[in-house]
Amino acid sequence: MYRYSDFDDAFVRERVAQFRAQVERRIDGGLTEDEFKPLRLMNGLYLQLHAYMLRVAIPYGTLNSGQMRQLAMIAERWDKGYGHFTTRQNIQFNWPRLADTPDILDALADVEMHAIQTSGNTIRNVTADHFAGAAADEIADPRPVAELIRQWSTDHPEFQFLPRKFKIAVTGSPNDRAVTRAHDIGLRMIRNEAGEAGFEVIVGGGLGRTPMIGKVIREFLPRTDLLPYLEAIVSVYNALGRRDNKYKARIKITVAESGLDEFRSRVDARFRQLRSHFRGADQAMLERIERAFAPPAFRSAPLGRYEIVQRTDPAFRSWTDTNLAPHKAEGYAIVTVSLKAHGATPGDATSGQMRVLADLAERFGHDELRISHEQNVILPHVHKSDLPEVHSILGEHGLATANVGLISDIIACPGMDYCALATARSIPIAQEIAQRFDELKLEHGIGELKIKISGCINACGHHHVGHIGILGLDRAGVENYQVTLGGDGTESAAIGERAGPGFPAEEIVPAIERLVHAYLDLRNGRQESFLQTYRRLGIGPFKAALYPERVDANAA
Amino acid sequence: MTRHRHSSKVVTASSLLEGDTVWLTADDRWTRNMSEAELLEDEAVAEDRLLFAISQPDIVVGAYLADAASSKNGPVPVHVRETLRTKGPSNYLHGKQQQEQPVALSSHFEEA
Repeated sequence: MYRYSDFDDAFVRERVAQFRAQVERRIDGGLTEDEFKPLRLMNGLYLQLHAYMLRVAIPYGTLNSGQMRQLAMIAERWDKGYGHFTTRQNIQFNWPRLADTPDILDALADVEMHAIQTSGNTIRNVTADHFAGAAADEIADPRPVAELIRQWSTDHPEFQFLPRKFKIAVTGSPNDRAVTRAHDIGLRMIRNEAGEAGFEVIVGGGLGRTPMIGKVIREFLPRTDLLPYLEAIVSVYNALGRRDNKYKARIKITVAESGLDEFRSRVDARFRQLRSHFRGADQAMLERIERAFAPPAFRSAPLGRYEIVQRTDPAFRSWTDTNLAPHKAEGYAIVTVSLKAHGATPGDATSGQMRVLADLAERFGHDELRISHEQNVILPHVHKSDLPEVHSILGEHGLATANVGLISDIIACPGMDYCALATARSIPIAQEIAQRFDELKLEHGIGELKIKISGCINACGHHHVGHIGILGLDRAGVENYQVTLGGDGTESAAIGERAGPGFPAEEIVPAIERLVHAYLDLRNGRQESFLQTYRRLGIGPFKAALYPERVDANAA
Repeated sequence: MTRHRHSSKVVTASSLLEGDTVWLTADDRWTRNMSEAELLEDEAVAEDRLLFAISQPDIVVGAYLADAASSKNGPVPVHVRETLRTKGPSNYLHGKQQQEQPVALSSHFEEA
């Protein structure tokens, strides 16, 4: 993976020193809150419902064991012994004290990490396919490009005060695991007819109060044109974006209001101006970065006990069925470690669990870890002969839940348990749904089903692209939950359709249960997933299951 | 439309250093226990107390008026958000509830 240069290290250290002085001045009264707030936000420090929250960037979701151990140490020393992995492949600490945050940032800098641009109207942490560099279906590892974008966007002088935040996602696979169509810019690696590698560039996607699927602004962008083209898009947005209205400030609105063709022609004009300014330094840098992401030395070895244990141990078999993905190297697998034990908080890991994951990565996984936007941890390179031991160690630490992609593998934002913006709680709903379907022993029979829960309209929990989406709202001081159906965050992206009126907290889990039973009755066999059944039949029968009293009333 | 009736309020904010929830008392202190807060029945007085709170940026951040009701134990929250601010999150016994019940600290995922 990429290692900091002396320049990177000096830059991050200097930012920490600046922030330390800013915190001191805030505490001694030299800075007002109005002056301090933008400075703390530039360094990822929020003030939430019960405490400060520090959001730390995990660039494109990649970590090594040393970094994971440092996150564990930070959680233990300055927080309450756990961290929360987010839908943007970041980690959040929920309880730091203001005076401790410069020390936390110093500890992060020690392992080449920081919290810069995890907030504010800037280009945020670049996200990528969490199976990058490992997936069997991959054209190329997207992380070198993501790192190049990170370096280009960090402290970019023109883009520190954009109309609104700006999120870029990159995938190197035709199967989109990075939700590229719901980002301000999505990049999908493709090959043209001549076999050259390049990008499909998608612009203007986003969730939030006005969900939109991104549109293709450029069908094939050669790799060498990437940075000038990105700079052209962001610069046109920076000029046109609505600064008068926060709710119309994202690029999706700019593109919608200008029209894609008009927006594209402005980007093309700007691109022609910018292209000549990039004289190859970016490509030289990309080459250096690519060398840092050379694949590990995969070994060729027999599968050992793997197949025997798979035949004889049903728990292991079940885990391999749900938590493994095909690896590009013979004999290897990608392991997704579920942070969704039934009843646990989605995305939370204790310091102890982080250390176990770090140890496993070091012993069995070429020292690599990934955080997925679905709030799980990935060991991207594990030889199958090691899987029985990996599974057994995970099991000793509450990390062997066999539920990846199933109904209890729920995305949930922190919601009103932590977040100052939230209008309802998300976590308890996720906990209850997971526990309920575990009790029913139904989840493996149900098969692939993605539930995503947001505690407010900003949609950090990606509810719009959940097969079943749940949105928590405030109805006169009481939590109320709306259901959307048929969303999809992959290459066949779709925004879910709102099913009808919301449910009070005590009625939402039974409503989801009715919905799932309806699916089980309606599907054409086990092979037809919830989403496929929904696409075949439409919303009608699912609405009827959600609102049986309405059907009765109509029949009467 | 009927005129919106002024409901009782408390002044609440986050402490600068800890970031945790605090309430303004009648004797000009900041308390971490909402039952000690001053319940403000009069709208003009409430606005005045809010200005007093905002004038202390070296102690608190983000002061605002929150709806509250009276009880025999002092002011209590009306809105679920304010209820959570008096306790802490519902997934772990962290925050204010932690001080009340120091025994039951372990979280369920550590037991899992």
